[in-house]
Amino acid sequence: MHESLGQILITTILSGNFVLAMFLGMCPFMGVTHSVKVAFPLGLATTFVIWMASLSAYLLNLVLIPFHMEYLQLICYITVIAAAVQLVEMFVKKQSPELFRALGIYLPLITTNCAVLGVALFQTAREYDFWQSMVFALGGGVGFTLALTLLASVRERVRFSKVPNAMMGTALTLMLAGVLSLAFMGFAGLGGGE
Amino acid sequence: MSERQSSDQHTAYHDIGVAEAQDQQGTEPTTASSSAVMMRALGLIATICGLIIVSSYELTLDAVANNKKISTERAVFKVIPGASEVREFVATTGGIQPAGPTVPEGAVKFFGAYDKAGNLKGIAAEGVAKGYADEVRILYAYDPARQVITGMSVVTQHETPGIGDKVITDKDFNKNFEALDVKLADDMKAIANAIKVVKHGTKQRPWEIDAIAGTTVTSKAVGKGIRDSTEKLLPKLLPNVAKLKETK
Amino acid sequence: MSNPPGMKAPTNWEEFIEGLWKRNPIFVMVLGMCPTMAITTTAINSISMGLATTFVLAASCWMVSLLRAHIPKEVRIASYIVIIATFVTVVDYAIQAISLDLYEALGAYIKLIVANCLVLGRAEAHAARFKPVASALNATGMGLGFTLGLFMIGGVRELIGMGSLFGISLFGANYQPWVVMILPPGGFFVMGLWLMVFALVRVRKDKAGATPGSAQTQAA
Repeated sequence: MHESLGQILITTILSGNFVLAMFLGMCPFMGVTHSVKVAFPLGLATTFVIWMASLSAYLLNLVLIPFHMEYLQLICYITVIAAAVQLVEMFVKKQSPELFRALGIYLPLITTNCAVLGVALFQTAREYDFWQSMVFALGGGVGFTLALTLLASVRERVRFSKVPNAMMGTALTLMLAGVLSLAFMGFAGLGGGE
Repeated sequence: MSERQSSDQHTAYHDIGVAEAQDQQGTEPTTASSSAVMMRALGLIATICGLIIVSSYELTLDAVANNKKISTERAVFKVIPGASEVREFVATTGGIQPAGPTVPEGAVKFFGAYDKAGNLKGIAAEGVAKGYADEVRILYAYDPARQVITGMSVVTQHETPGIGDKVITDKDFNKNFEALDVKLADDMKAIANAIKVVKHGTKQRPWEIDAIAGTTVTSKAVGKGIRDSTEKLLPKLLPNVAKLKETK
Repeated sequence: MSNPPGMKAPTNWEEFIEGLWKRNPIFVMVLGMCPTMAITTTAINSISMGLATTFVLAASCWMVSLLRAHIPKEVRIASYIVIIATFVTVVDYAIQAISLDLYEALGAYIKLIVANCLVLGRAEAHAARFKPVASALNATGMGLGFTLGLFMIGGVRELIGMGSLFGISLFGANYQPWVVMILPPGGFFVMGLWLMVFALVRVRKDKAGATPGSAQTQAA
């Protein structure tokens, strides 16, 4: 598709936000947003993995598509993602043991993050070229981090509010997420078309 | 208070993480497996899975190709009434040729629609552009004799129901495509007047598209899809269009 | 899930019904959220996605269980992922062969079944430890529970958001659809509302026949 780079960037962060509009990365969105201190670094780590997944998908397609082996795409993507997460883990463990401890088990869980695989799948379906893919990945990661951080900061505040019994827990998180999603719908059309 | 809730809600997600973390850190290995054992296991799994994937691909290949053909024909017959056969071609700078398994560099695909007698009834091609939610794919019909678009049909869209999908049902919008001017410039290298989507009610020239009020983004996507496609296809197609009429 | 004292392994029937309601993947375990929110815009999409996921679940868990003796501990997650990806690819081509319209509607979310925490979770938590038949039954039960949950959300969204169910218009042409329900925020709201309903029911039940202890923990 002939989308400009700026269009892709703005759309993926705002009106087409991976979490709030495309529903990717829901598991960490619901499970890890109890504190900004954990949500933000996780968002950054995920952004890095998303970028690696996008790059790998692009390179893999250079081989798979000309040889008509598209049926191997899924299995190759997910294997590369698992390997990339492993690398990131080893890197973080070595560079910053405190961060490694803080992120804990959510670091290996990036492997099953729909956002990471989703980036690879969507950029393939939309047939983005190299730079479009890179910008798409960057926007996706930034948008993901933004959504997570926003929800985490809201949830931290809500801890001091009086909430009806029946609404506590996941139900409340979902309602908050719904309101956030509604707010982001206001960005519709931003960065779209001429 | 919310500690308990947060621990509840990511219990299951947490469990998977613990399992994965243990796996990465290799806690409590009773007997660490040698590399050979691991390679053998992975190799075995890769082989089995590879076989399953390839056989399912082969088994469904015919059905999928058939489905695609049916859906293409359905779309083409909608924009070119009276057609009974659809043939796929590619247009290159060198000329027109029937579409084969691979698309040559720089070639543009299009469809020729023929009636029962084998006469060329019209040409159809696909256009795609980003709409509000995701891509909007359209198929348009082109009349090479008058150099106009004669019809447009939306193939896939994920726009907002009740708003974006008006491009399918709105009669006034679809009237735009009964004689949309896509004449080539004198040098036959580009479209003379680029298709433009204008505000609802302000259409004045034959190459303008009147947007649907309140559905600007999707209307523009349709216009952009046609514009991009015609810009790429028509300069290559029009000079050689006589060849299409010969094929029987 | 109470096993009678002295009985170790659950029966096949118990395996099957575990995931249907008591440990429903969507409302209790809160797993597999990505497709839940994205796909539940109509009842038909919900059920199709649910069935596709059930197939992947059952097939993967069955195969993982079959091969469990041959998979070394260190590479088990990687192996499970490859097996799951295989069956997702199979389902992907199967849906294309059945109906291209359905395939367009479900989109990339079919392939995203691979990243569904539910599938990997069951493979790790259950299939790796139990026999093939028990694993397959448990996985099928989980999958059907998932489908049920998807339908509950998708049905409500389609009903309020489009005034129809399964594509059949129920409220006539004059119905003003609440379009936001079919858009992303609607997914969050409807699921949140269902959870609220269940919590209310639980609170009522506890208040009605409860010891002081359980009432306190609910109010905490």
